[in-house]
Amino acid sequence: MADLSSNFLGIRSPNPFWLASAPPTDKAYNVNRAFEAGWGGAVWKTLGEDPPIVNVSGPRYGAIHSNERRVIGFNNIELITDRPLALNLEELRQVKKDWPDRALLASVMLPMNEQAWATCIPMIEDTGIDGFELNFGCPHGMSERGMGAAVGQVPDYIRMATEWAKKFARVPVIVKLTPNVANILPPAIAAAAGGADAVSLINTINSIMRVDYDTLTMYPATDGLGSHGGYCGPAVKPIALHMVAEIARHPETRGLPISGIGGITDWRDAVDFLALGASNLQVCTAAMVYGFRIIDDLTDGLARFLDAKGMTSISELVGRAVPSVTDWKFLNLNYVEKAHIDQELCIKCGRCHIVCEDASHQAITDMVDGKRRFEVIDAECVGCNLCTSVCPVEGCISMRPLREGEDPRTGRPVTAEKLNWTAHPNNPMRKQTD
Amino acid sequence: MTQDKHANRCSPDVRPGRLDAATIEKNFGDIRPPLSPAAALVEADRCYFCHDAPCTNACPTGIDVPAFIQKIRSHNLPGSAHTILRENILGGMCARVCPTEVLCEEACVRNGSEGGPVRIGLLQRYATDPVYEQGLPVFERAPETGKRVAVVGGGPAGLSAAHRLAMLGHAVEMFCRDAKLGGLNEYGIAAYKTVNDFAQREVDFILGIGGIDVRTGMSLGQDVSLAELQQRFDAVLLAVGLGDTNELGVPGEDLDGVQNAVDYIAQLRQAGDKSELPVGRRVVVIGGGMTAIDIAVQNRRLGAERVDIVYRRGPDQMSASGHEQELAKSEGIVLHHWARPVAFRGDNWLREVEFERTRQEADGRLSGTGETWTLDADVVFRAVGQTLSDDDGTSAGSMLRAGGKIRVDARRRTSIPGVWAAGDCVAGHDDLTVTAVQDGKLAAIDIDRWLRANEEDADPWQT
Repeated sequence: MADLSSNFLGIRSPNPFWLASAPPTDKAYNVNRAFEAGWGGAVWKTLGEDPPIVNVSGPRYGAIHSNERRVIGFNNIELITDRPLALNLEELRQVKKDWPDRALLASVMLPMNEQAWATCIPMIEDTGIDGFELNFGCPHGMSERGMGAAVGQVPDYIRMATEWAKKFARVPVIVKLTPNVANILPPAIAAAAGGADAVSLINTINSIMRVDYDTLTMYPATDGLGSHGGYCGPAVKPIALHMVAEIARHPETRGLPISGIGGITDWRDAVDFLALGASNLQVCTAAMVYGFRIIDDLTDGLARFLDAKGMTSISELVGRAVPSVTDWKFLNLNYVEKAHIDQELCIKCGRCHIVCEDASHQAITDMVDGKRRFEVIDAECVGCNLCTSVCPVEGCISMRPLREGEDPRTGRPVTAEKLNWTAHPNNPMRKQTD
Repeated sequence: MTQDKHANRCSPDVRPGRLDAATIEKNFGDIRPPLSPAAALVEADRCYFCHDAPCTNACPTGIDVPAFIQKIRSHNLPGSAHTILRENILGGMCARVCPTEVLCEEACVRNGSEGGPVRIGLLQRYATDPVYEQGLPVFERAPETGKRVAVVGGGPAGLSAAHRLAMLGHAVEMFCRDAKLGGLNEYGIAAYKTVNDFAQREVDFILGIGGIDVRTGMSLGQDVSLAELQQRFDAVLLAVGLGDTNELGVPGEDLDGVQNAVDYIAQLRQAGDKSELPVGRRVVVIGGGMTAIDIAVQNRRLGAERVDIVYRRGPDQMSASGHEQELAKSEGIVLHHWARPVAFRGDNWLREVEFERTRQEADGRLSGTGETWTLDADVVFRAVGQTLSDDDGTSAGSMLRAGGKIRVDARRRTSIPGVWAAGDCVAGHDDLTVTAVQDGKLAAIDIDRWLRANEEDADPWQT
């Protein structure tokens, strides 16, 4: 089987799956259990200055469920560690001693004055940890005190704090980014400019889960009042993948090592992050929802996938999909696909028809010769992929490229010649080629 | 059958208490227990919300199945119940007794993708149970129209029509032969399909709309005549069901121990303590419909040692569904095909039944082969269909019949103006509860239309 061992910034771990800084890494008890289960590393729950913060003793979490009560989205208002710094340091030291082959990092959140960093960073590093992660992402509570996402939303602050960390740390420093920004690139560029060895993303997204339908107050709430929390879990993965890919492909950030975070639940999610440019992976929600034993599927599935692809290590997978990510304006407007429905697989639920009828281009029949039958009308199909998206039978509807002839919808000949928006006749700003 | 008759004999072996009361209670528990809320949500999630849904098209009452399931998914059970009951006011009973495996669930597209349909019947029960348990109002009655309609018959067709007419604002008077409303729901359906007093709770819900007066113990032709009803009411609906049972016309049929399945089932349904019912040790059922299966399975569950069903044609011609046939087999009941009774033998009390093998001729006709065989029997149940009785008053006057039943048009109008008919008594009816409900609904809709069209008419009988 493929070798999953990981070397991220010189930090070695038996696999690329680290537990993200969060409740599962709150203390030695949990981290020991995680390492016993097979996790490659752990980023200790964020350390701060004493006295420790105080968490609410009401609900800290909220979830969006499927009807089978699968957790699709999850949010929290838990703050950084609420334990004394000395206790955390003592446990960090012992855990690193007991698990020398695992990656152990400390997440830190410190106020915006250099003295705090000068004091704390060496003290924490002395435990023997492999690296730091700077928490510039926590979107609730701490941000109201000028830390967490309040730093992560201002590139100058990111750069300043990263420089302090690098000044006092000898081990690698990872900057954890908040997704609560309009554009992820300026924070990533600032981290790189401050000397960060890597970025990790995404932290959680500002969110309110819902209201309580009886009381018509925000849910969850603490004694009648609620506060926005950080959203995570499978629902946020596409947002995270976009931000990871942006950093991976942008000229100013390309090559900056990325630890990918955001909704990783099974090995396929790991493939997504790796192929889009992450070379390390962090997981929190899946462990919070299923417990540490899900690591078995993550590692086993990823190793088998690499085998099936003929790859011997994860480094061969990292970034493989990045060249396929581009701007919309570079998409080939001459390329034509048509949906095709496999009548053998079709169970005749009619969903493709009704969504095309109501929400797209009226390109799927519901009756043919008086019989219930769903067929694509090529003369109407714009190749939008809506039918494929809603079809309950995997593989029943496929998108097929037109290779030759003419598109019956537009009457235009199909050509191998590429044409994107930058040169399209309808674009008033097009590049003049002649 | 009476106790003292067989008390004087060592055979036949017919007696109550073959099983103890606790075992019988267990045997007559809900055959398809309701879904828990968690299971219902998971099951509801399996529905694909099909376009022009095949399940809806397969439902004789046209319930919008994906719509009611979506409302279960969204935790809107009152809305879900309303979606069901607006098309089928007996949606609670139909959720229990419909042969869903040949209706909505057979049409489910999940059969194609994974070989198992969404359990629509159970979901329908889940959505409607709170209506009866919590007495939730679902419909409001329209302002009174001043029109009066007589509904004769208290079964599914009559109840369906009465509710719809009352809801539309008409004053309804129901005439019911039995002591209780419900018809076969109350007297005919196997006990384990509708446990406790569900049939009466559903009746109570239906009557809760208001505007329905009920007169029980009233038989048409005996206690009240059609002519009288025509005179007193603006419209009359006949939903009298099938009052008579078919006989076999076989020698010895008058022996004690040969009885009608429907009579025994009615007795069973009304019994306070089922362990007091007399049960034969060896029971033979003749027939191939749902009633045959119901009587056979219930006798097994009452403790009959051996139950045989004998049907004159093959398994495919049985009107009992494949699912029902499997149920019988799983109870240890033996199904014999291609045989018909030619003699019942015994001294006063039945001892054995002689059967002749049958075959189907090229023209479809059934004929005997001459080969015979016998089964020992303490009790034989006839379950060979019911007919419209001749003395029920519907044969009076000029009302046309077809195949021994009342002839109606698509609007459920009989040949007599101002008289409609619905349910089992109508020609071409398939005898399903759900079809009877639809029939009553269609008749009520047409009666309403007719009454409104005739509002200014001096003589509503002239159309």
